[in-house]
Amino acid sequence: MAVIEAEELRRTYRTTTGALRRRTLDVEAVRGVTFAVERGELYGLLGPNGAGKTTIIKVLVTLLLPTAGSARVLGHDVVRDVREVRRRVGFVFGGERGLYERLSGLDNLRYFAELYGVPAREQGRRIAELLDLVGLSGRERERVEGYSRGMRQRLHIARGLMHDPEVLFLDEPTLGLDPVGARELRQTVAGLTEAGKTLLLTTHYMFEADALCDRIAVLSRGRIVAEGTPRALKERVGGGRVIEVEVFGIGEERVDALRAVGGVRSVAVEERGQVQALVVRTDAGVEVTPALLARLAGTTIGRVSYREPTLEDAYVALVEE
Amino acid sequence: MLVSVLEPLIFATIAFYLWGAGGREQTLLYVALGAGLMGMWSATLFGSGGLIQWQRWQRTLELLVAAPPRFLVTALPFTVATASLGLYSVAATLLWGRLLFGVPLAFEHPFLFLLALPATVLALGVLGLVFASTFVFYRHANAFSNLLEYPVWLASGVLVPVSLLPGFVEPLSWALAPTWGVRALRDAAFGGNPLPEIGACLALAVAYLTLAAVAMANFERLARRHATLSLT
Ligand SMILES: Nc1ncnc2c1ncn2[C@@H]1O[C@H](COP(=O)(O)OP(=O)(O)O)[C@@H](O)[C@H]1O
Ligand SMILES: [Mg+2]
Repeated sequence: MAVIEAEELRRTYRTTTGALRRRTLDVEAVRGVTFAVERGELYGLLGPNGAGKTTIIKVLVTLLLPTAGSARVLGHDVVRDVREVRRRVGFVFGGERGLYERLSGLDNLRYFAELYGVPAREQGRRIAELLDLVGLSGRERERVEGYSRGMRQRLHIARGLMHDPEVLFLDEPTLGLDPVGARELRQTVAGLTEAGKTLLLTTHYMFEADALCDRIAVLSRGRIVAEGTPRALKERVGGGRVIEVEVFGIGEERVDALRAVGGVRSVAVEERGQVQALVVRTDAGVEVTPALLARLAGTTIGRVSYREPTLEDAYVALVEE
Repeated sequence: MLVSVLEPLIFATIAFYLWGAGGREQTLLYVALGAGLMGMWSATLFGSGGLIQWQRWQRTLELLVAAPPRFLVTALPFTVATASLGLYSVAATLLWGRLLFGVPLAFEHPFLFLLALPATVLALGVLGLVFASTFVFYRHANAFSNLLEYPVWLASGVLVPVSLLPGFVEPLSWALAPTWGVRALRDAAFGGNPLPEIGACLALAVAYLTLAAVAMANFERLARRHATLSLT
């Protein structure tokens, strides 16, 4: 049995705008998402802002009701068996809020230890363990308002692990962290899977998903557009090659003309300061460079380079589709 | 903050001038207790809703709601603590009255008075839980709750005796914790028997708790349906 299962999950938000003439607007944040996470897996939901990642997590941890479809965590339905789910999962949202600023880190943890029913005589030991795990030992008596973003995020993780849940949901845990803080946090997360936990992580960073996740679902506008191991996703665009051509000012018709070349899977334009880079993904075993250059005749061309596809290429191709 | 410290003293001063002119010393104590309960009611009303809004604003509301205990149980200590801040208003009013107006602080049944206080705090605190539940769903419930300060002052007899008001107010007053709280305190002070009123406070607390449990379960569900546990 999968630890986390979502079936045709949908969630629509109804918003109202306008003070006098109220208009209602339905935002379909999640539009029929199905996936399953196995025990001990680190599963990533990868997608740009607004793709629906946070919404999915909130449905799974019982903070939002799904509009349609169903989901189970450890076999418990997230709508019907709310208390069972709440007892068994931990979750951490990105960002620096969600802590009692005037209290010390220690008191924040003590309060949640109470809430999660950690027996009084075990609290001290448990909190010490967690502080150690997230690298906050020695700073726990300071007020949270003085904590850095990284420290807050690590305190959040300690809080989420308080009751030693089998399943942990992490929503963009490295959001807003500096590179060093983010790397340390990724190490902590990687350590959790070694401890046998099942993790669902969301991120909009490709390399983060690539580095951490066993499997990834690429989410775009509320739908899963691809799913698989990072390697398998690379192979979807892989087998092929990526050609990058530097150009200086190029029109949309030209780009469309390139897309029409046989063997070309996708063309993306990236602004790189003065120059633009055409990122052309091609099928394996076809030589398209002459055809490309022919269609670019009359424009100024800079460097042309070749490389193997990365997960980012897979992602860009998928989200653009 | 400063407002909440000064407010009970302002209430008390107004009340003393309203009632105190020519009044007997006993009347002053009677008024002081009423003014104290006015403050306790205000503290409960604004505090219990405000604390839900504050938790939503700092994004801890979702963490509390998604924790294993029922949110009713998680919120109860908060609202009772809020009501017990009202003890300050009782103490401040009595002290202020003593210092400035010479109100005698002689209680006929000091022990029953000390029993009536926590019973009153408990009943108000549980009533606060009913308010808190509406704030879990309605992000702007304060627009409604702000309207309840003065009517409850009037209807519960802390300001003027209910008998001076139109007849329909009296049955209403029976459902309000401050009504029984202030009667219990006054009886304890002036030598009546406050035990029935203390009992009424406890009975109301049970009734409010039942109401709050139903309301909280429904508002929590509505909040999950309409995504109002967070700010955006
Ligand atoms: N409470 C809300 N009310 C209305 N729309 C919302 C709400 N929360 C999210 N949305 C919208 O739903 C979509 C998905 O949002 P979200 O799940 O937060 O995406 P992500 O976490 O991937 O950035 C976005 O278009 C967002 O604007
Ligand atoms: Mg998000």
